[in-house]
Amino acid sequence: MEGHSTYQPQGKIARWFESRLPIVGLLHSSAVSYPTPKNLNYWYTFGAILTMMLGVQILSGVVLAMHYTAFAPISFARVEHIMRDVSFGWLLRYIHANGASMFFIAVYIHIFRGLYYGSYKAPREVLWILGVIIYLLMMATAFMGYVLPWGQMSYWGATVITNLFSAIPVVGTVIVEWLWGGYSVGDPTLNRFFALHYLLPFMIAGVVILHIWALHHVGQNNPDGVEVKSVAKDTVPFTPYATVKDIFGMVVFLLFFSYFIFYIPNYMGHPDNYIPANPLSTPAHIVPEWYFLPFYAILRSIPDKLGGVLAMFSAIAVLAFLPWLDTSKVRSARYRPLYRQFFWIFAVVAVGLGYLGSQPAEGGFVIASRILTAYYFIHFLIILPLLGLFERPKPLPASIADAVLARHGATVVAGAAAPQTKG
Amino acid sequence: MIKRSILFGAVAAALLLGAPARAAEGGHDDLPHRESWSFAGPFGSFDQGQLQRGFKVFREVCASCHSANFFYFRNLSQPGGPGFSEAQAKAVASEYQITDGPNDQGEMFQRPGRLSDQWPAPFPNDQAARVANGGALPPDFSVLAKARASHVGFPGFILDAFTQYQEGGVDYIHALLTGYVDPPEGTKVQPGLHYNKYFPGHQIAMPKPISDGQVEYTDGTPATLDNYSRDVSAFMMWMAEPHLDARKRIGFQVMIFLFVFAGLLYFTKKKVWKDVAH
Repeated sequence: MEGHSTYQPQGKIARWFESRLPIVGLLHSSAVSYPTPKNLNYWYTFGAILTMMLGVQILSGVVLAMHYTAFAPISFARVEHIMRDVSFGWLLRYIHANGASMFFIAVYIHIFRGLYYGSYKAPREVLWILGVIIYLLMMATAFMGYVLPWGQMSYWGATVITNLFSAIPVVGTVIVEWLWGGYSVGDPTLNRFFALHYLLPFMIAGVVILHIWALHHVGQNNPDGVEVKSVAKDTVPFTPYATVKDIFGMVVFLLFFSYFIFYIPNYMGHPDNYIPANPLSTPAHIVPEWYFLPFYAILRSIPDKLGGVLAMFSAIAVLAFLPWLDTSKVRSARYRPLYRQFFWIFAVVAVGLGYLGSQPAEGGFVIASRILTAYYFIHFLIILPLLGLFERPKPLPASIADAVLARHGATVVAGAAAPQTKG
Repeated sequence: MIKRSILFGAVAAALLLGAPARAAEGGHDDLPHRESWSFAGPFGSFDQGQLQRGFKVFREVCASCHSANFFYFRNLSQPGGPGFSEAQAKAVASEYQITDGPNDQGEMFQRPGRLSDQWPAPFPNDQAARVANGGALPPDFSVLAKARASHVGFPGFILDAFTQYQEGGVDYIHALLTGYVDPPEGTKVQPGLHYNKYFPGHQIAMPKPISDGQVEYTDGTPATLDNYSRDVSAFMMWMAEPHLDARKRIGFQVMIFLFVFAGLLYFTKKKVWKDVAH
């Protein structure tokens, strides 16, 4: 945030450098003196956890790429070469494969945290939309990464998803063949997916920088959803307060992550992906990775192909319009008794769609997917706009400091008065 | 808060009540039995004797039709495996003739196998394998134990994350090998296929591959079909996941480190935030 840098270069060289490229000052103002609301809870550590996961994925991915070969006849064997013959190759691959799942677990928590505390509302619309763009890039990256081992699910998943574009009228087939680089998913597809899978994470990193920039410009939202009134009373400096809390959150998340890597590394994967890709044999059920399942359910719930594709993409696109669809002036669900209930219903619906996406598209599952898909859109397009008009929110605290005071009683005022002096 | 708890309670109740109903309707008698494996759980590791017996079954029975293309003779003596010495692994390799070349005359030639050689495939190509097996291709064994599973559905798969159940593939293979039974009355088995209780669709191209007493065990283990199936399944798990022992051992060290580190960070965080109401 501008105007909060307290960085004073120490010594001649530091002053010389700072006057030419003030990067140390920039880092100091973003990661040391940056004021964070003091009422942030542990749900707010997921931003740091996601940054860590992006780093983990890029690092492990770059090393994996040194041992991998994108060539359809041998890619499956190259991945097994990594698993068997490369020193700690099994560890790298399990980190990377499970890391993708962990990345999505963290991003879903991060998104739902934003939904609960209304973090998308003015002045944070651009921050939120940048987040939606990161999420889209993540989906593209993860999808293409899953194709690289060239197993049965890689091949058939790629076939199903790329075929979605054939629903576009007139030019659909041309677009799909252009995506494939041929007349079916094949070696050209694998190679371009590898190139893009290597490129996109760096684009994600770029948008993450914009995301953090926008965040630091407008300041963080917080569980009470009221703006910072006084930096001295409402905030604490990022370091050491947020740093130590974020690092603790990251290490706890690493514990969770390690449990998957070392004890159930194939839990998130599909056994069919240990069968080499075979264009002549279609798996009984083609299932995408778990993090795509809610959207897969939406896709299949619409009886028309183009309609299904449009519904699926709209389900993501509608998130970008959320700042204007939610008409309530109050941010946090803490002070919105009705929204809080609809939030939890929506969360259950989203998980339910995920379950339905993993089931065969038949009988009762189709009916259930249609109901939940309808609700998904009703939540954004009808409930949220109306709720802001009819809901009577609870009275908001005058400031973050007041909210904290109300929760803890008067005994801790002394400490709350001058936290910034402790930085 | 109260309303949220009610909602949670309702969802939890729906899940709990729904579970037995689903289990009852599914009729899960076709689900493979969950065997007890030495390599299961957080401290699991392969049983060397079992891997050696499994290797014997694989070599004398399975390998006459199934390839194992990612399996090398050198793997036999690597740590975390069946525990053969390098000399023993060399001896095994030298029993096989491998095509090598071309030599300086430009001709291919046969020589005894070496540690660096791939396990020789029984057929020169997939088509030859199909022709010899009534049109069906015997799947490669290298990662087969991870390419098979028994699906438990909801909510069993959530429990499996907590019990660290990763043995669906070996349980399936063990069940398949012991699942050759007479077809129930009224079931018509297609010509060239065989009835198996656990194979999806129940009609499998592979004839019953192994029976009691077929492979000689020298360590006193009873030479039964059940033991053969168990041992060869364990061997296939090792072939599919040769670094499993190291993974679980290192995993425990990593978990301990992270747990202690997280504890220290927790108290550091508490101290830093001591004087700030939040």
